[in-house]
Amino acid sequence: MEYEAVIGLETHVQLKTQSKMWCGCANEFGASPNTHVCPVCLGLPGVMPVPNEEALRLTALTGLLLNCEITAYAKFDRKNYFYPDMPKNYQITQYDRPSTKNGLVEFEFEGKLAQVRINRAHLEEDVGKSFHFDRQSGLDFNRAGVPLLEIVTEPDITSPDMAYAYLEALKEILIHGGVSDCDMEKGMVRCDVNVSVRPIGQKELGMKIEIKNMNSFSGARRALEYEIPRQIDTLRQGGKLAQETRRWEDSTGMTEIMRTKEEAHDYRYFPEPDLMPLAPTPEWLAAVRARQVELPLAKKRRLMTQYQLPASDADTFVNDTPLARYFEAAATGAKNPKALANWVINNLRAKMAEAQITLADLKFPAASILSLIELVDAGKISSKIAQEVFAEMFASGETPEQVVTRKGLIQVSDTGAIEKFCDEAIAANPRSVADYQAGKAAALNFLKGQVMKLSKGKANPGLAGQVLERKLAQIK
Amino acid sequence: MLHQLTISELTGKLTRREVTACEAMEACLSQIEKTDARLHAFLSVDKNDALAQAAQADAAIQAGASFAEQPLLGIPIAVKDVIAVKNQPLNCGSKILGKYISPFDATVVAKMRAAGAIVFGRLNMDEFAMGSSTENSAFGASRNPWDTDRTPGGSSGGSAVAVAADECLAALGSDTGGSIRQPAALCGIVGLKPTYGRVSRYGLVAYASSLDQIGPMGKCVADTAILLRAIGGRDPLDATSVDEPVPDYAKSLGQSVKGAKIGLPKEYLGGGLDPEIGQAVQAAVRQLESLGAEVREISLPHTEYAIATYYIIATAEASANLARFDGVRYGARVDGGDPIELYRKTRGAGFGPEVKRRIILGTYVLSTGYYDAYYLRAQKVRTLIRQDFLNAFKEVDAIVTPTTPTAAFKLGEKSQDPLQMYLNDIFTISCNLAGICGISVPCGFTKYPHLPIGLQLLGKPFGEETLLRLAHAYEQSTPWHRERPPLQR
Repeated sequence: MEYEAVIGLETHVQLKTQSKMWCGCANEFGASPNTHVCPVCLGLPGVMPVPNEEALRLTALTGLLLNCEITAYAKFDRKNYFYPDMPKNYQITQYDRPSTKNGLVEFEFEGKLAQVRINRAHLEEDVGKSFHFDRQSGLDFNRAGVPLLEIVTEPDITSPDMAYAYLEALKEILIHGGVSDCDMEKGMVRCDVNVSVRPIGQKELGMKIEIKNMNSFSGARRALEYEIPRQIDTLRQGGKLAQETRRWEDSTGMTEIMRTKEEAHDYRYFPEPDLMPLAPTPEWLAAVRARQVELPLAKKRRLMTQYQLPASDADTFVNDTPLARYFEAAATGAKNPKALANWVINNLRAKMAEAQITLADLKFPAASILSLIELVDAGKISSKIAQEVFAEMFASGETPEQVVTRKGLIQVSDTGAIEKFCDEAIAANPRSVADYQAGKAAALNFLKGQVMKLSKGKANPGLAGQVLERKLAQIK
Repeated sequence: MLHQLTISELTGKLTRREVTACEAMEACLSQIEKTDARLHAFLSVDKNDALAQAAQADAAIQAGASFAEQPLLGIPIAVKDVIAVKNQPLNCGSKILGKYISPFDATVVAKMRAAGAIVFGRLNMDEFAMGSSTENSAFGASRNPWDTDRTPGGSSGGSAVAVAADECLAALGSDTGGSIRQPAALCGIVGLKPTYGRVSRYGLVAYASSLDQIGPMGKCVADTAILLRAIGGRDPLDATSVDEPVPDYAKSLGQSVKGAKIGLPKEYLGGGLDPEIGQAVQAAVRQLESLGAEVREISLPHTEYAIATYYIIATAEASANLARFDGVRYGARVDGGDPIELYRKTRGAGFGPEVKRRIILGTYVLSTGYYDAYYLRAQKVRTLIRQDFLNAFKEVDAIVTPTTPTAAFKLGEKSQDPLQMYLNDIFTISCNLAGICGISVPCGFTKYPHLPIGLQLLGKPFGEETLLRLAHAYEQSTPWHRERPPLQR
C-alpha cells in the first residue's frame, strides 16, 4: 500500500519591537543574563501586564501579509503549566479568540504555485531560557515576555521539501513585511511539526504526531524525512501509531518519544483577567494597513505583467529591493521598460559591483539610462556604442547626449558618407568581394566590419549592410 | 489624642501648625505599642521609616506645601500586607514569600505618597486575602477590639482593627468578595469597595484579578472619600483601570439626599440573617427615609447563585495567580531533586490549608472536561448577576442591605467549617461579581455582647459619589460611628 504524509507546522516568530510585550524592557538579543528584566517580566508579586501597542500592530500586519482576517474581537488567555523558565507559571497567549485567522501563504514550489492555508496567527509571550551547569541550573529572563507570534498552518503540506519551502517563504514574507528579523541563530524563529501518514486515497487523517526541538528549517525537513518513513514502516509492519509528542535529536538524526497523549498537559486555558479584549477600530486597522508592503511573490508577478519582464529579471528585482525601487521609478513612462530592466540588471548592477558603490552614489540620474535607451532605439547609436556611452556617463555623470556629442559618436546614417566608406572597403578587399560573389555570405559581414572600422563604429550597421549589398550586386 | 483623630481633623491641626506630623505618627506608634500585642493588627512596623516620612512631611509643611495639592500631607496611613510598598516586606499573610521585600511601590502607594501621606506598617490578613476572619493568616489571627475573643472579620481584618483601635488614621484594604466591607462592619468602621477599574490594582498581589479592588478603610465616611480621591483613577500600569474622572468626593458630602431612590432587595432579608442585624438595617432604612430618601423593595433574582459563582471564578483565577509562588525566583524555597519536587515541597510547606483548598478547587474547575460545566457556566451566571444590578439601578440610585448576616463571631467558631465561613460573605460577594461599588457604615450594635453592625450601600458603576453622600448623610444623623471600642482606653 502506498502512503502519503499530511503535515502541519506551528512556527513561533519573535516580533521586531523595541520593548517587550508587557513591560518597557528592551527586546534585544545577546545581553548579559538578566539585564533586560523588571518586576513585570520577572512576574514579581503584584505586577500586571500592559500590552505593547506595536506588538498588536505587528500582529495585525502579519495577519494582512498572510491574507488572514483580522478578527473584530480577540482576547488573551492564560495557559497554565509549571516550568522554571516561566516567571508566572502561566503563559499569556490567545486561545480561542486569536487576533488573526484563516489566511493563506502562496509560494513557488517545484516550479508551481503552492498554497498553504493558515489556521491562525496569534500573539503570546516568550519564556526565559534555562542553562544547565555541572551541579546547578541557571535562568536567564531576558527573553521572558518578548512578543511572540505563533503561526499555525492547516495540514496542507505534503512533503518535507514542501515544508521547507513553506518555512522559507514564510520567513521571506515576515522579513519583507518588517515584522520580524527571523534570525535563526538568535532563536527568533522556532518551528514545531505535526505529521501523520495515511494510505493514498483515504480521506481520514492518520494519527497526528508532534515533533519538537528542531532548531533550523533544515532540521524540520530532516525530522520529517526521518519521521514519515518511520510512521509508514510502522504501519506496513502491522504496528499502530499513537498520538504523541516526539523530540528531534539533531545529532542522531532521529525522533524519539517525549510524551504520550496520556502524559499531555492540561493547560487549563481561561481568559486573562488582567487584560481587556481587543476590538480593533477601523482607524487603527487603516494605520496598520498603510504599513503593508508588497510581498515577494506578488511583486514578481506584478513586475512580470506590468513591465513584461522575464521571470529571472523579476526575481532579481524581488531580491534587491533598492534596485527594484530604482527600476520602477525610472520605468514610469518608459517606452521600453524591458530594455530598461536589462540595462539596470546587466550593466548598472555589474558596474556598481565593480566600482563597489551603491545606487545613492550614482553620478547620473535614472533618466540618463532612459535617454541612452532612446538613442539606441532611435538608431542614433548602436548597442555597442551605447556600452561605451554608459561607461562614460557612469564615470562622469554626463548625459548620454553630452557623451555622444563630445565624442562624436552619433551613428552615421547619412547614405553619402556610408557609400564612401563602402566604396573604400570594397576597393581595399577584392578578395572578400570575390568570396562574396562566389556565394560566401560570411564575406559580407567581414566587409561590413571594415565599414564599421572605417567609420570608427559610427556607421549605422543596418544601413551599411544594405549599401554594401547594393554595391556588390552592381559590381557583378 | 492625635491618633484618635479623623483625617480632616488632623489636617486641620497640621494646617494651623498646632501639631506636627511627627507627633501624629508617634501617637500612632505608641498606640500600636500599647494595644497591638493583644490585637495583632500589624505584622510589622518600620518605625524609623515612618518617622522619617513624618519628618519629611513636617519639612514640607514648614516649606509651605499646599494641603489642597497634597490632601494627605502628614497623615499616617497603614497598608494591608497584600499591597506592595517599596523596600518593605510583602508577605500576603503567607509563609511562602519568606523574607521577600518588594522592590517597587503599588500605584496606590505611589499616589498616597504623592498626596503627602505617611505610608507605614504591614497589616495582617487572611493568607492571600482568602478568608473572612484573619484566622488564615500564617502569622496568627488579629483580634476584634470590641471583644478580643472574636475575629475582626477578614480578609482585611488587620486594616479594620488598626483603624478601629486608632493605631493609624486610616488604612488600605482589598476586597474580592467583601474583604473590606465585612471587617469594617465587624469592627465598627467605614470601608469602601470601589467600582472595578476605579482604583489601580498594580502592586496588589492578585487573588482573583477580575474581582479584586483596593479600597479605603476609615473612621468616618469623609475619610474614605478623601482617601478614595487620592488613590483613584486610570493607571497606565493597570490595563483594567478605567479612564473615568475622579471627582472630589469630599466636596459632595453634606449635600441633601432628599429624593434619593434606595432599593431594598427582598432576597437579602431572609435566611440566616441575625434578627438583631435585620432590625438594625430596618431602623437604618427608616432613618434614610426620614432624611428624605425614597426606599422601595427591589429584586435581585440571581442572588442565591452568587456564592457558588464566586467560588468558581475566584478560585480559578487564584489557581493561576498563585502559581508564581514556586520557590524558584523569590520567597521561601524547600529544595528538591528536580523542579517538580522543589515546587511540591515549597508550595506544600508555604501555603496554608485554605489557600491549598482554593488552588485545588480552581485547578479542578478549569480542567478539561469540567471547564464548561463550572467556569463557563459561572461566567454566564456572573453576567446575570451583573444584569440584576444594572436593571435595579435603572430604578434606584443605591441599594441598601446588611453587610454581614451576623456580628463578629468568635475565633475558632467557623474556622473548622469552610462553608460556614464562606456564607459570611453572602451579602458582599455579589457586588464584586457585578463590578459595582459598595460601602459599609456602622448602623448600630448588638445588645449582648455589644458588637458593631454594618449597613451596606451598593452603588452604580462609578457611582461612589452618590454612595458616599448617602452614607455620609446617614452617618452624620446617627451616633454609631462616634462610639469607640472599649480596648482603646
